[in-house]
Amino acid sequence: MFKSKIAITVLAAVLCVGLMISVPTFAAKSLTIKGSTTVLPIAQSCAEAFMDMHSDVNISVQGGGSGVGIASLIDGTCDIADASRPIKDKELVKAKENGVQAYENVVALDGIAVIVHPSNPVDGLSIEQIKKIYTGEISNWNEVGGKNMKITVISRDSASGTFETFNELALDKEKVRADALLQASNQAVAQAVSRTPGAIGYVGLGYLSSSVKGVDVDGVEPTKENVVNGSYNLARKLFMYTNGAPAGVVKAFIDFVLSEKGQELVEKAGYVPLI
Amino acid sequence: MHRIRERIYKVLFTLLAFASLLFLVGITLTLFIEGLPVFKEVGFFDFVLGKSWYPTYEPPDFGILPLILGSLWVTAGAVLFCVPVGVGSALFINELAGKRLKAVLKPIIEILAGIPSIVYGFFGIVVIAPFIQRLLNLPVGLTAFTGSLMLGIMATPTVCSISEDALSFVPRSFREASLAVGANRWQTLTRVVFPASASGISTSIILGMSRAVGETMTVLMVTGGAAVIPHTLFQPVRPMTSTIAAEMGEAVMGSTHYHSLFAIGLILFFITLIFNVIAELVSRRFRKKLGLGR
Repeated sequence: MFKSKIAITVLAAVLCVGLMISVPTFAAKSLTIKGSTTVLPIAQSCAEAFMDMHSDVNISVQGGGSGVGIASLIDGTCDIADASRPIKDKELVKAKENGVQAYENVVALDGIAVIVHPSNPVDGLSIEQIKKIYTGEISNWNEVGGKNMKITVISRDSASGTFETFNELALDKEKVRADALLQASNQAVAQAVSRTPGAIGYVGLGYLSSSVKGVDVDGVEPTKENVVNGSYNLARKLFMYTNGAPAGVVKAFIDFVLSEKGQELVEKAGYVPLI
Repeated sequence: MHRIRERIYKVLFTLLAFASLLFLVGITLTLFIEGLPVFKEVGFFDFVLGKSWYPTYEPPDFGILPLILGSLWVTAGAVLFCVPVGVGSALFINELAGKRLKAVLKPIIEILAGIPSIVYGFFGIVVIAPFIQRLLNLPVGLTAFTGSLMLGIMATPTVCSISEDALSFVPRSFREASLAVGANRWQTLTRVVFPASASGISTSIILGMSRAVGETMTVLMVTGGAAVIPHTLFQPVRPMTSTIAAEMGEAVMGSTHYHSLFAIGLILFFITLIFNVIAELVSRRFRKKLGLGR
């Protein structure tokens, strides 16, 4: 008798799990946003504000990276793909094969700040110097007007959107020196730079803090104003890709992100608003 | 009626028992299906022995030798740390500690095993890395050595508790015989108990190594992540696991880069498989030697 009770319990548990998997969750309207961790804070805060206004909409926001977001848009597992880089030709081809038309919505601007340890006397670098440092041509701070100290180059993982943008804007797609430290997130780069006197790194403008020093690039200070007026050279657009021109609840959400309220949230998240 | 019910249960539980086999087959198949294309696209030797890892450049380089060596260096360093500490504490617990001390020490060491690896990572970044950097006057504290130290601490409970089991399996009669012929405690320990449990201790070390080589989060956080062939323990390295973890999220699905990450997983899988097979063989020998037919 005891044995059969256990068996029934197990059976019930198996059935319950089965039911949970097979029954879809019902919500009036649900929206899945996935992709770049750079865009994540924007998507997150906008989704929260949007759900406060529309209680019948349920938005789930996930990270994973630009590549993951776009791949999910292509295979139909998300409605909006966050990306910190434009979609690639390869991905466009794949989207077409799956009958998905990736539609680009620019939602914010982001500047990349080049950072050094606060004790480093170097205040400004040209893009040419940054390139030489990252490709290994310059390896001591005294070659760019600093102390006699070895430069420790810190970069993002070569698959991240921030790296791709930096690589295009600053390095002309040349290879970063092989012994550069590769960190997995903006915070990790800032963290490593703040603890390493000879380090150089780069992060999104929103990750500038007092623990690191942002240097001028080509004589222009890394500030939001300079990104908006176009004088700062290490800046990029942030995207939310949708399948076709946004419609319905997707349109409502994108419109909200682009609205004054949404752009305020963009600024709060540490990025540069479009307006 | 009763017999039918019994048969249903039997089928049900057989299925559950085979579930893990199913998972193993599924995981292995996925690794092979997603990983093998790389060997065709890049070539097996160019992949495994290639010296540069630039997966996203045009043209890309898919050489994982720096990553394999990164993993092996960090693991070797971890062994240097966890073997003396783990085996040493096992010897202490088994041979010297009184019952009460043993009752306190063993659980404490096992708690180490329960600390999430990301917590080890935080500890490594915030405490150990700056300390090592200042102590050795290095340009940066995120090095293979930092990773080794963290992994060594993580693998210590594995090494300690399996070694301790091995020591306690040595039959009492062995010790009594040794002491009876006039050997002192040290001689008994080094000449009798230790050799008798040597293969059990080796097993513990190998299992500790496979724990270390597969660890991901901690090494991602503390080893710096530079994909170069390491020449010393005190430079940044990029182990295989952290490469997969850091790049999987951004790799374009279906690209060579994507497949190469699976192939790295496949190679890692074989490395730990070899470790585990060796551990199993060694421990079998050990049981035979002591006449424990378990």
